[in-house]
Amino acid sequence: MPKMSRIGVPPVSAKARWERETLEPTLRKSPERPGPFSTISGRPIERLYTAEDVEARGGTASPAPPGNFPYVRGLHPTGYRGKLWTMRQFAGYGTPEETNQRYKDLIAAGGTGLSVAFDLPTLMGRDPDHPLSLGEVGKCGVSITSLADMERLFEGIPLSDITTSMTINSPAPMILAMYLVVAEKQGADWRAISGTLQNDILKEFIAQKEYIFPPRPSMRLITDVFAFCSAHVPRWNTISVSGYHIREAGSTAAQELAFTLRDGLEYVQYGVDAGLDVDDFVPRMSFFFNSHSDFFEEIAKYRAARKLWADAMRDRFGAKNPRSWQLRFHTQTAGVSLTAQQPYNNVVRTALQALAAVLGGTNSLHTNSLDEALALPTKESATIALRTQQIIAHESGVANVVDPLGGSYFVEALTRDMEREVLTYWDTIDRMGGMVAAIERGYPQREIAEASYQFQQAVERQERIIVGVNDFVQADEKPLEILYIDDTTADTQLARLADLRRTRDHHRVQQSLEALKTVAHGRGNTMEPLLDCVRAYATVGEICDALREVWGEYEEVPVI
Amino acid sequence: MSQKIRVVIAKPGLDGHDRGAKVIARALRDAGMEVIYTGLRQTPEQIVSAALQEDADVIGLSILSGAHMHICPRIIELLREKGLEDVQVVLGGIIPDQDVPKLNVMGITGIFIPGTPMQHIVDFIIAHARARL
Repeated sequence: MPKMSRIGVPPVSAKARWERETLEPTLRKSPERPGPFSTISGRPIERLYTAEDVEARGGTASPAPPGNFPYVRGLHPTGYRGKLWTMRQFAGYGTPEETNQRYKDLIAAGGTGLSVAFDLPTLMGRDPDHPLSLGEVGKCGVSITSLADMERLFEGIPLSDITTSMTINSPAPMILAMYLVVAEKQGADWRAISGTLQNDILKEFIAQKEYIFPPRPSMRLITDVFAFCSAHVPRWNTISVSGYHIREAGSTAAQELAFTLRDGLEYVQYGVDAGLDVDDFVPRMSFFFNSHSDFFEEIAKYRAARKLWADAMRDRFGAKNPRSWQLRFHTQTAGVSLTAQQPYNNVVRTALQALAAVLGGTNSLHTNSLDEALALPTKESATIALRTQQIIAHESGVANVVDPLGGSYFVEALTRDMEREVLTYWDTIDRMGGMVAAIERGYPQREIAEASYQFQQAVERQERIIVGVNDFVQADEKPLEILYIDDTTADTQLARLADLRRTRDHHRVQQSLEALKTVAHGRGNTMEPLLDCVRAYATVGEICDALREVWGEYEEVPVI
Repeated sequence: MSQKIRVVIAKPGLDGHDRGAKVIARALRDAGMEVIYTGLRQTPEQIVSAALQEDADVIGLSILSGAHMHICPRIIELLREKGLEDVQVVLGGIIPDQDVPKLNVMGITGIFIPGTPMQHIVDFIIAHARARL
């Protein structure tokens, strides 16, 4: 109830008074720029935010302190004073030996975790000799055909001393099996090793499109990994539910958050339906978000993410372990925001995006290289990207204090806006019967395609300025030296594959693939037979083909 | 005569990054062209056969994975075999500078890297496809 003044009229709010007495005379003398004043996602932004604006949204300008539910201000009471975020640079190209060398360089430069980029044939479960692999071997990442390549990839890198993130989805269980066998051969204890498997198939159907099997058997592979790891590899992060690709495909910030977290809820539901206890597997789930160019919108997104997840785990799934409530996430700066034109400007874009991720409380971070829009990074550009994080961590002073933006009227109001928009999307998806059903109807795909087209239109009309692209253009640009990947990788990998097929125990390979098919037809956990296939040096393509025989392949209806 | 320009937009190879292909497909359609989007993971054979069936004036390829130097020559060769030399082939994606002259020699004259204005692509296609109509 507003307080009534003596003459019975509600008092004018402080903001309204300021608008009348201070703002209006100013606007009469000097009007504002034409705008639009809106975020990169198209969200209108007010001129000024006050405590009234936060309250009007049902939010609070003083959320619970860090380390307390619902963790808007962060998971850890000490923020980055305890431990800095992990500087985890995604890398991989060419042969396993070339990538191995890049990892050793990154470790020597102070990188604190590895992150493997696989090439498209590996990601799609195809061997280098498949017709669709033509021209793709070793191009977008490292080529891993069998356990032998995985052994080469981690040669001289003790898996007990490093954490490894592996960006792979449809063949995630096969690659995890390879990693575990390499660890076994190095003498590392499965109970002690740690790392992250992306293993997030839903966003593949939604955005990145690296799917193999239909949604339902794909979901089974994921719950098999949950169950296997909670029993045998307890420190492994079994899934990294990813918004990165959704955002890169053109979604808004709120869509990225809504679809990603809703994907997360879908995995939890499937885990529960498979008979797992929420508090047994949810603490090993992690998330992966984009950091785009709109500074405050991104910060609000991360803060809202923690609250939404904590609420949903506690109230929707009845999780009791606080670790189930705590959303941990990796961030990568927005590749899509980087330009081929005047590429050195990309260092600045990336620095701002990285700062947003840090102020939003990211647990680990990848910063893109300035040549992202041209090629895979050179060693020099990858080093500048890592140095960007080190400058934020060690020079800017932002890591001295926990959640410095907490209580900012603008950030708190935006956090609340983000939360409300996400909840509206969740309602819609729940009404469709969940995320798998929504994907089958093409709902998130259509929402993203629409947002991406709207953004492109705004760029075309110059309502959105991209420096160096649609304004401040420079005619006389000098070309940048880029990493050029030739075809020797394909030749090497093809020769190795032929050699492997000649020298391995053919009978053992066939037997292990048959055993896998039997389990796939039934209901058992696929991880054990997958480990046997890997130990027999069956290839990624052969293992995926065996499962294609059982489950078929997914084909999407394209949405424009 | 106001016959619509017919464009097949295709994603060859294993790459699933289809944001660019879809945005361009829609922009060309909004510019009054007849657009057929093939969907993902098309082989060169499938793309050329789509162009034949759809009586396409233009094939627009979107390749971000680095496989263009394998895929493009194969498509050009297949078009020649089918007597479709007059179909204009344009290419969008991540294409290193050093590959551009080789692609030009092959007959791919429209090469559009990230940041190219859509209107530029529309104008290019209109200018080069009109000759056939």
